[in-house]
Amino acid sequence: MKHQPVETSHRVKTGIYQGVAAAWPVCLGYVPIGLAFGVIAQKAGLQPWQIGLMSLVVFAGSAQFIAVSMLSGGAGAVSVILTTFVVNLRHFLMSSSLAIYMGGTRKWLLSLFAYGITDESFALNLSRFKQGNWGIAQALTVNHVSNFFWIAGTLAGGFAGEFIPDGVFGIDYALPAMFIGLLVMQLKGRRYIITAILAGILAVLFAMILPGNFYIIAASMLAAFGGVLISRRRKPEHGGE
Amino acid sequence: MNELDYIWLILGMGLVTYIPRWLPLAVLAGRRLPGWLVEWLDLIPVAILASLLLPLMVVSDTTGKADPLRPEFLAGIITLVFALKVKSLSGTVIVGMLVYWLISSLI
Repeated sequence: MKHQPVETSHRVKTGIYQGVAAAWPVCLGYVPIGLAFGVIAQKAGLQPWQIGLMSLVVFAGSAQFIAVSMLSGGAGAVSVILTTFVVNLRHFLMSSSLAIYMGGTRKWLLSLFAYGITDESFALNLSRFKQGNWGIAQALTVNHVSNFFWIAGTLAGGFAGEFIPDGVFGIDYALPAMFIGLLVMQLKGRRYIITAILAGILAVLFAMILPGNFYIIAASMLAAFGGVLISRRRKPEHGGE
Repeated sequence: MNELDYIWLILGMGLVTYIPRWLPLAVLAGRRLPGWLVEWLDLIPVAILASLLLPLMVVSDTTGKADPLRPEFLAGIITLVFALKVKSLSGTVIVGMLVYWLISSLI
């Protein structure tokens, strides 16, 4: 392939247009969740700049909600960081699936792309890569446009939160209710239900024994391990390395 | 937590979030992961949410003991039933807030 600079820049431009055109459903989803996160974080005592900084540096919805919930309960930095790590380990799986389609891309572009891998951008980019006619310009655009809307949404929520009185209309319960909704969406089959029940019981037991908030990581890693063992015992033909 | 500690916290969270996003793209380059690891990683989100939620609802902040009659837990059961029936995230949040507000103003 011989490409002249003009053609390359034209291709990049087309890629960016295609990326923007594809990203809008993700952005539409991020704005209300971002607003909700901003309000809840403000109620938990964070200032707008702290909310924006978290969205910029971490850029991971569930982990941000969990971190705010832990911080408002007085958790220390080490247990918040360790829990964030475990919550976001799932991106390892997503990044591995995307890597198959991104051979030959320059390292620094891959490193930039890695920053924007979320549940939603992953699902969108992977399906487009599978369809073909999708490249790094499109994928990077999807990631960064959705990142922009996430940061803007959470910041707007952080400022709006100052006008919402504390404790109004069950707002203290917004976060637990959101976790219930997210949990139900994850129950995609029997082993997910078994793992969730196991994790809940272990966590209550550990919460009464272990100091601080380490019960969250301990219970979830152990329960996920239990879930793997149970599903393997049930169907020995499944997987098998 | 003071402002400097907060910045360190965010940098730590950012680093541990970035590494699993970056490593497979930069190093593995399309190599397949072992089956058990894929399954384990797949079960992590549901396990985290459950182990975050149940103690939040059942374990009392003051005594540190399990108490199934807390308004958090009672509201949680109703919210869970709603979420299972109507699979809507925003609907679940609104119903949860409403139910919790009603229960805690009754008790």
